[in-house]
Amino acid sequence: MIRIELPRALHKHAHGSTVMEVDHPCANVSEALAALESQYPRVLDSVIDERGEVRTHVNVFVDERSIRFLSGLNTPVTDASTIVIVPAVSGG
Amino acid sequence: MTPDSTTSISQGDVLVLVGTTKGVFLFWSDASRKNWRTDGPHFRGESVYALAFDGRGGRQRILAAPKSNHWGSVVRFSDDFGRTWSAPDRQNVRFPAESGLALAQIWQIRPASDNNPDVIYCGVEPAALFESRDAGETWSAVKGLLEHEHRPQWQPGGGGLCLHTIILDPADTGRMLIAISTGGVYRTEDGGKNWSARNVGVRAEFLPDKYPKFGQCVHKVVNHPKHPERLFLQNHWGLYRSEDWGDAWHDVANGVPSDFGFAMQMHPSEPETVYIIPLESDEFRCVPEAKLRVYRTRNAGGSWEPLSSGLPQKGAFETVLRDSLTSDSMNPAGIYFGTRNGKLFASADDGESWREIADGLPSIVCVKAAVLGAQPTSVHRQS
Repeated sequence: MIRIELPRALHKHAHGSTVMEVDHPCANVSEALAALESQYPRVLDSVIDERGEVRTHVNVFVDERSIRFLSGLNTPVTDASTIVIVPAVSGG
Repeated sequence: MTPDSTTSISQGDVLVLVGTTKGVFLFWSDASRKNWRTDGPHFRGESVYALAFDGRGGRQRILAAPKSNHWGSVVRFSDDFGRTWSAPDRQNVRFPAESGLALAQIWQIRPASDNNPDVIYCGVEPAALFESRDAGETWSAVKGLLEHEHRPQWQPGGGGLCLHTIILDPADTGRMLIAISTGGVYRTEDGGKNWSARNVGVRAEFLPDKYPKFGQCVHKVVNHPKHPERLFLQNHWGLYRSEDWGDAWHDVANGVPSDFGFAMQMHPSEPETVYIIPLESDEFRCVPEAKLRVYRTRNAGGSWEPLSSGLPQKGAFETVLRDSLTSDSMNPAGIYFGTRNGKLFASADDGESWREIADGLPSIVCVKAAVLGAQPTSVHRQS
């Protein structure tokens, strides 16, 4: 079971859920996040833009490692992976 | 600032919508426009560069485009003056996948005519025009402009490559005019299928060719429903008028301290009266001599006069952005503007005198006004 932890700002788009569990096999982060589309499409839109890229000020971690320094959305996941979505440090 | 209850808003009130870098504030007053009440911020922490009031078809709808630095932007609306807002389950303004583009920001929301009460347009960054046919719930890109052959040559200005101005023909001919920074003015005659550049006479100070076919950094264009073919244009250096829907532009910077600026607004009932707020230069971008002055022409640009009564004339390092100057539809007209330093000013007498009605707001990036219950055609800003 892949676990996707959602940031506080997106809980409202997930009917209050803080975590989503994906119960089917996924090869990589992209496939796991795609599972959001059916349940919480606005969460997916908040993380991934129309080009299919992670938004500039959003960070995605797989088992505590940023996918920016791995293989991006193609970073492999296992059934035991935890994906954490967090807002990057930015603002003004 | 203690928020007031928007349940006190009633027909005949003047509503002023203020978009800031930290959310939306509502101000409202009765027709006297002496005592203002306020509510906000809505969309706390999100910037809102585009707001509109839609009074068509029996609605009293506020449309807003909040943008989160992290999570993107959507169009949301409220039919109860901000007590509740729509919550779209998708990013409702989105580029088609094949475009290879992603929405950066929504810069303008423009309801169409009374004859098309469910049609609304919005202008976005990267420069594109979107259309809604269900009063703001769903949106689609206007392909004629999205696929325009000039697109690869448009370049972003300091604010990004934004489509910030949408002007419709009140006769519903299918004619529409848009402005892009930096791309210039484009016009369609067939409802958006084909677009042609309309920048003859408009200077591009920052290019080797000062008068290119397109590529100008147009900051704002306005017109009046009673005289729609006459357009006024505030450029990145340059103040212009066209008498023919933009076929040709002529300099009207007659007596202004600077022809650089962003904001421009028509008077609601006088087609020859226009307001601007000049800025010192593109390097400094504050009002000249640190004196906050609105300039008004009452002869279609033949001459301009400063309006400063009630405005700070010393140490006012203020900047007013392209959508931060607006009017209501009252007589005499209410004129409103907000500054990047978070001050909101209002005039209830055509600009003759001014009063600060708020200070300490977040940086103001958008101001729109409406008179509740007024004929819709008179409450929408022509921009």
